[in-house]
Amino acid sequence: MESKISVKNLDFFYGSNQALYDISLDIPEREVIAFIGPSGCGKSTFLRTLNRMNDTIASASVKGSVMMDGKNIYASGTDVVALRRRVGMVFQKSNPFPKSIFENVAYGIRINGIHSNKADLEERVERALKNAALWEEVKDRLNSSAFGLSGGQQQRLCIARALAVQPEVILMDEPASALDPIATQKIEELVVELKRDYTIVIVTHNMQQAARVSDRTAFFMLGKLVEFNPTQKMFTNPDEKLTEDYITGRFG
Amino acid sequence: MANTGTKGDKVFHAVVFAAALSIILIVAAVIAVMFQSAIPSMERFGIGFLFGREWKPAQEEFGALPFIFGTVTSSVIALILSIPVSLGIAIFLVEQAPKKLARPIAFMVELLAAIPSVVYGLWGIFVLAPLIREYIGPFLQTYVGFLPIFQGRITGIGMLTAGIILALMITPIITSVVRDVLEAVPHTQREAALALGATKWETTMIVLGNASSGIAGAVVLGLGRAVGETMAVTMVIGNSPQIVASLFEPANTIASLLAANFAEATDEMYLSALIEIGLVLFLVTFIINAFAKLLILSVASKTNAAKQG
Amino acid sequence: MSETATTFERKRRGINLLMTSLTAVCAVFTIAVLVAILGYIGVRGISSLSIEFLTDTPKPVGEGGGIGNSILGSAIMTLLAAFIGLPVGIAAGVYLAEFGKNWFGNTVRFVADTLIGVPSIIIGIFVYTLVVLPMGRQSGFAGGLALAIIMIPIVARTTEEMIGLVPHSMREGALALGAPQWRVTWNIVLPAAASGIATGAMLAIARVTGETAPLLFTALNSRFYNYYLDQPMSSLTVQIFNYATGPFEVEHAMAWAATLLLVTLILVINILVRFFTRKRF
Repeated sequence: MESKISVKNLDFFYGSNQALYDISLDIPEREVIAFIGPSGCGKSTFLRTLNRMNDTIASASVKGSVMMDGKNIYASGTDVVALRRRVGMVFQKSNPFPKSIFENVAYGIRINGIHSNKADLEERVERALKNAALWEEVKDRLNSSAFGLSGGQQQRLCIARALAVQPEVILMDEPASALDPIATQKIEELVVELKRDYTIVIVTHNMQQAARVSDRTAFFMLGKLVEFNPTQKMFTNPDEKLTEDYITGRFG
Repeated sequence: MANTGTKGDKVFHAVVFAAALSIILIVAAVIAVMFQSAIPSMERFGIGFLFGREWKPAQEEFGALPFIFGTVTSSVIALILSIPVSLGIAIFLVEQAPKKLARPIAFMVELLAAIPSVVYGLWGIFVLAPLIREYIGPFLQTYVGFLPIFQGRITGIGMLTAGIILALMITPIITSVVRDVLEAVPHTQREAALALGATKWETTMIVLGNASSGIAGAVVLGLGRAVGETMAVTMVIGNSPQIVASLFEPANTIASLLAANFAEATDEMYLSALIEIGLVLFLVTFIINAFAKLLILSVASKTNAAKQG
Repeated sequence: MSETATTFERKRRGINLLMTSLTAVCAVFTIAVLVAILGYIGVRGISSLSIEFLTDTPKPVGEGGGIGNSILGSAIMTLLAAFIGLPVGIAAGVYLAEFGKNWFGNTVRFVADTLIGVPSIIIGIFVYTLVVLPMGRQSGFAGGLALAIIMIPIVARTTEEMIGLVPHSMREGALALGAPQWRVTWNIVLPAAASGIATGAMLAIARVTGETAPLLFTALNSRFYNYYLDQPMSSLTVQIFNYATGPFEVEHAMAWAATLLLVTLILVINILVRFFTRKRF
């Protein structure tokens, strides 16, 4: 298979505390990968190593390598800003900027200088909002504040904002954990839809969600990768006893 | 036992209530006493007091305009110089410097606020004023001397010196409030910008956008301090009630007028006029501070809402 | 990516580097100013410091003299201010923390905050009309009173903040034992908040020790040792002001020496407070 991201022997530390142990896994292009595991297992930390978001924590340090398209993103001289443009991220809680709906989506396009003119900018914003299945709901109030949207709409706005800069990979950190079931369903449909164009890594504490949306699932526990297999196999016939115990709800 | 409890509670409550009430009474008394003392001047000069350009106590001619002009101009200079520096320090401390470096630097900036006004004045007279006379003034005249505000003789004592001293004095105040509001901006806002490929500075602009009303509050608070600052200004502004364009010329502010002349004002009308102008200063700073507080409070409630939403 | 894209990127990174460096420059500049001010005070002040300077009274120009009476005057008026201002301020702070969750408490809080921002010279005018005019002369009492009025709102607000840090469980523990409210406050809450309140009090004392404007026409000045509160009284700050604005070199030198003393005192208080509290001071 064609790997978009290939992680080898990754260790992660907060100061002197080790949070991830010797993680190796390959993420194929244009698939949805789900990370599951009990809280504190390191799945979110691992997700954030993929766009070097952990750099913002002063005490964090990393050993091992994360290859993206064959280049180690932890190599010295890596342009983190350019990396993050290629690897978009959607967070657990929606975090729109205190700007209008339009400006939220336009922000990434503007700073990265992606658009050629105003009409192009508007077109790109519209496309991103359509791809995030939000366009119909907001097209008449693009200039009103993003804070006026519902929680589910805000989260889809954040997805649109991420899509607008045309990333190759989208990381989603429990994107539906703060949403009601209907909004959650919309996000899930969207994830499946987006798979056509993007490689998606999604962290979730909801195993049904992982089963519904992902092609492959990685199960983490206590900072270690226990098992990584196609989702189908993972939920029917896992290799590891630990995985089976977790999936059948015997702990966590 | 229960009896002494309720009785004790009543006494205790009465004592602390009286203390709290005293704060309101003090402010009420300040307003009442000053208003009463200002009545002769108000009756005699009316609203024209605020627009009169002449201040000649010997002829009983009292116009407050030169002092209002001096207060506004020196405060505006202070804000223009202080706002970028204060924002810069606050951004450096919150967004860039590692914690180990940020703490001692923040403390040192706060120490600037602990230095008494009269000390700034002393430093202004003997260090800053010569510096302006010998270097800064001539430099400005060479390069931007065509502007009316930089023309004329440079003595080192005057509006510009006062403005610079004021800028130094309000910088720690603005910095400390801006630091608080930047720290209150949810971390998720920074992550959202970074994840879109924003640079450090672009991320900072997002943070500033979040904190804009709190920053406005900090600036207004600094303005309130600049308007009321007395000793340091008195010592370097030259105490001359004139309205001229040149910032090198001496000027005067309301606060420094009071500091320099109040003790000598024996004549009733002179005293009344001084107290009236003092009342103006009091009311203006009161309003400015109240406004600053409202702005800063609005940030607190907004960031709370953002955290919940 | 085209040519323009790389220029765009270069410009972006350039702005980033420029602006982030500028913020560091702002910090370095401000600290340089602090060092310049303190350094200058140290260099100019140390040469005139002597035992005689610290104990003598002012003498005619050229005959030496010192600031002993000013030190005493500052000490007396600051003590008087603390004597009035601390109990009232702390009590008001207790009210705000324990009973102040109502419109009256909010009003007091608001008025206190705005009073903190009122120029101190206004307080000087207030005390002048209220005390000096009826008494017919300036006095140490009037000066101390003006400083007390400045202290009250500061102490009230820090006290409230410090009491707010006392865990609620402590209060509940005592109340559950049947203790009346005032005993809980007096025996449990205040001792728990004591070090914080003391910290706030020290900072307020440091603040008023440096005040000049409210003393100018309340305490005025004096050339002699004065122990009587109904007489004009010298203070370090007013003496610095007089020396600094006078025409004589020797007096300027004395102003620097007195400033060294004053600033050392104030900075020591601030640094000690910082050292003893890991909190936000």
